Amino acid sequence: MTTERPLLRMTGIVKTFPGVRALDGVDIEVRAAEVHCLLGQNGAGKSTLIKVLAGAHQPDSGVIELRGEPVTLSSPSAALRAGVATMYQELDLVPWLSVAENVFLGAERSRFGFSRRRSTRAVARELLGRLGHPEIDPAAPVAALPPAAQQLVSMARALAHEASIIVMDEPTAALAGDEVENLFRVIGDLTADGVSVVYISHRLEEIRRIGHRVTVLKDGRTVATDLDARATPTRELTSLMTGRVLEGAFPDRAEPAGDLEPLLRVEGLTRHGEFAGVTFDVRPGEVLGIAGLVGSGRSEVLETVAGARRPDAGTITVDGRRLRPGSVPAAVRAGVGLAPEERKSQGLVLGMSVTHNLTLATLRRFAGAGLVRHREELRAARALTEKLQLRPADPRRLVRTLSGGNQQKVVVGRWLLRDARVLLLDEPTRGVDVGARAEMYRLIRELADSGVAVVVVSSEVPEVLGLADRVLVMREGHVIGEAAAGDLTEADVLDMVMEGSVAVTEESLP
Amino acid sequence: MSAPTVTGAPVKDPERKRDNGSGWFTVDGRMLALLGVLVAICVVGYVTRPDAFLTQSNISTMLRLAAAIGVVSVGMTFVIIGGGIDLSVGSIVALCSVWMTTLATQSYGPGVMILCAVAVGAGCGLVNGLLIAYGRMVPFIATLAMYVSARGLAERISNGQTQVVRETGFTTPLRGSLLGVPVLIWIFAAVVLIGWIVLQRTTFGRRTLAVGGNPEAARLAGIDVRRHTALLYVIAGVCCGIAAILVVARTTSGASTNGQLYELDAIAAVVIGGTLLAGGRGSLVGTLIGVLIFTVVGNVFTLNNLETDIQNIAKGAIIVVAVLFQSLRVRRTRAASGRPAGVPTPAA
Repeated sequence: MTTERPLLRMTGIVKTFPGVRALDGVDIEVRAAEVHCLLGQNGAGKSTLIKVLAGAHQPDSGVIELRGEPVTLSSPSAALRAGVATMYQELDLVPWLSVAENVFLGAERSRFGFSRRRSTRAVARELLGRLGHPEIDPAAPVAALPPAAQQLVSMARALAHEASIIVMDEPTAALAGDEVENLFRVIGDLTADGVSVVYISHRLEEIRRIGHRVTVLKDGRTVATDLDARATPTRELTSLMTGRVLEGAFPDRAEPAGDLEPLLRVEGLTRHGEFAGVTFDVRPGEVLGIAGLVGSGRSEVLETVAGARRPDAGTITVDGRRLRPGSVPAAVRAGVGLAPEERKSQGLVLGMSVTHNLTLATLRRFAGAGLVRHREELRAARALTEKLQLRPADPRRLVRTLSGGNQQKVVVGRWLLRDARVLLLDEPTRGVDVGARAEMYRLIRELADSGVAVVVVSSEVPEVLGLADRVLVMREGHVIGEAAAGDLTEADVLDMVMEGSVAVTEESLP
Repeated sequence: MSAPTVTGAPVKDPERKRDNGSGWFTVDGRMLALLGVLVAICVVGYVTRPDAFLTQSNISTMLRLAAAIGVVSVGMTFVIIGGGIDLSVGSIVALCSVWMTTLATQSYGPGVMILCAVAVGAGCGLVNGLLIAYGRMVPFIATLAMYVSARGLAERISNGQTQVVRETGFTTPLRGSLLGVPVLIWIFAAVVLIGWIVLQRTTFGRRTLAVGGNPEAARLAGIDVRRHTALLYVIAGVCCGIAAILVVARTTSGASTNGQLYELDAIAAVVIGGTLLAGGRGSLVGTLIGVLIFTVVGNVFTLNNLETDIQNIAKGAIIVVAVLFQSLRVRRTRAASGRPAGVPTPAA
């Protein structure tokens, strides 16, 4: 086996972005006809690596060899010509074009400038048949197909380019159970035909089912390669992925909140297709962390508590009073504030000043008979700017011109001004640089110490563990574990997130 | 984008990185440029017709002509800043003018006529607003439907006839003057002033900017975005009702042909005035100057006996130049505001 020449070999790949070294010397070897799995936590460099492989990013240094020959993948089309096709997480299809047109997008078959619809459709049909789905109509618009079928179209496109390597980024994230089975069968057929698959997934059971070998990334480096996908123990895999250095010191926790009555109580909260039976409570002064993968339902739960989504079942109680479901104004009046996941598209009005963004939920306080008292408003914004250590410390600046960390402070500051008692923070440090991260952690802890009940959702397991008093683990819409942050290790949480092993306590028993 | 400071501290930032509107005074490069254009056109008018242009009667004629379209443009400014568009304003003006001048309405006297115009305008605006905010229709389509049907209804009510106003209680005071200035111009000025105060100084105005700038952020901050959106169209409708009163007073008649192409003139004035068609930013002072530019251009051309076709070509050119100039400015501001938009954030 070891003498076999690899189909793809990447050595010493380095890719830096302003301020970040996303890839810091990655080595990976993919053999012909294997399913090679890529494992790593959020921020480990997986996405950047596959973008390099897809020709979307150019590495700063390092060598890519295909079949022993060094190649330069200067653009996505160059990568396709070299035989590397990538299926991204968000499907990259044109919804109103037909299946066949999508399959040949960018490589349209034509004669004298006229598209050859008949032969295009015939070839598309043949490819779909090879993927085990001759029933997909090549003339149907892609938008009319279910997600699983769209994925097959994406795969047919890879085959149409005669790809020898197909990169799949979390292909099962959007699929239901039987569709996953079909995907695995197709992957089996592909490898039987000699095609290699680079498979990225957080779900260990999938890797064990279809994977051959595993490469583990951490902090932009290869930490292990050539691991047997089936035989390597879970503990070994997760411990390879953990111990990531997360910069930014965590402030000390206060004494446990003790036997205070919960301020926020969520019971049996359900939204069909998103999450079910979510129950938790948060006491004043407590920080509850929610860990889980993207798509585990964590953001949806937060938005539902904030009234932005209407639950199908369950109750939300703040300070003993039931909240009217699906109403943001009602939640805001009860003292609930949400700092949403997408800061720019959901959190801020970028064209307005810092002041106006800060007072967006509190305007009435600065108004008499509908007229805004600007002086008073600005004074309040000034005071808050100082408290948040906003830089530059000018509340009249447009919020668009602030850095990510300072923008995040504005979103949180809005609820400070409102004296929110329940603060829901979705990925509060995403896109925030190291210094601002530490400040954000300190701010969150200060808020909790002042009696606010805080819920923090984060993809960064070390962040959840460092910041929270108590941790909830979500997976596929369910809460699968809850424990004091001090009783959990990063590997415990990762195990649960990836494999769904329910009880931490059992695992930590001798 | 008036550029304003609340404290009166000098704005040192030429890049306009700061605030977007909340002070009493509007000193802003773009406004000055617009004002410059207006003055230049006036100079052309004075040079070509020194005998007629700057006379009191000509100025009064211009402003009375500008009044109706100006009032409509105030409503349009609110709708556009709030992220929408209203194509139906001209038809609503026609419907209001017809409804308030039917024999039946006139028989109740001037008060009811005025009330009727405002109520019909508000009603049409409410229908627009409900369809858009709660029926989730695209503003372009919902108001297009109103555009067609309101004028249809106006024709039906008036039977295609021009309805002359015989109620002197209505015409006499509205066609008169107050302190030497025609009442029509007073009304125009009052609507602009009220609109400006609402936009710049009230919570409603602030919310309009927020809803237009980022509806999702506004919603998550607890603002009832749907109700607010609906209200914006009601405001536009009320403005149409007031405009109809002005038109009827000026022409002493109501007809289903009133208000033709008002929607395009109003949108053009708003856009020239520096309001972003995408919403979230805008200025009523700019809209006012935009309306005046169009009116004065028309007047200068008429005084010089130039045909309306040439006027229209000139108006088109003004729109293009103004918008090109503004998009250039926006790009420069963006470029100057620091961080490039597309810094890739690596995530794995």
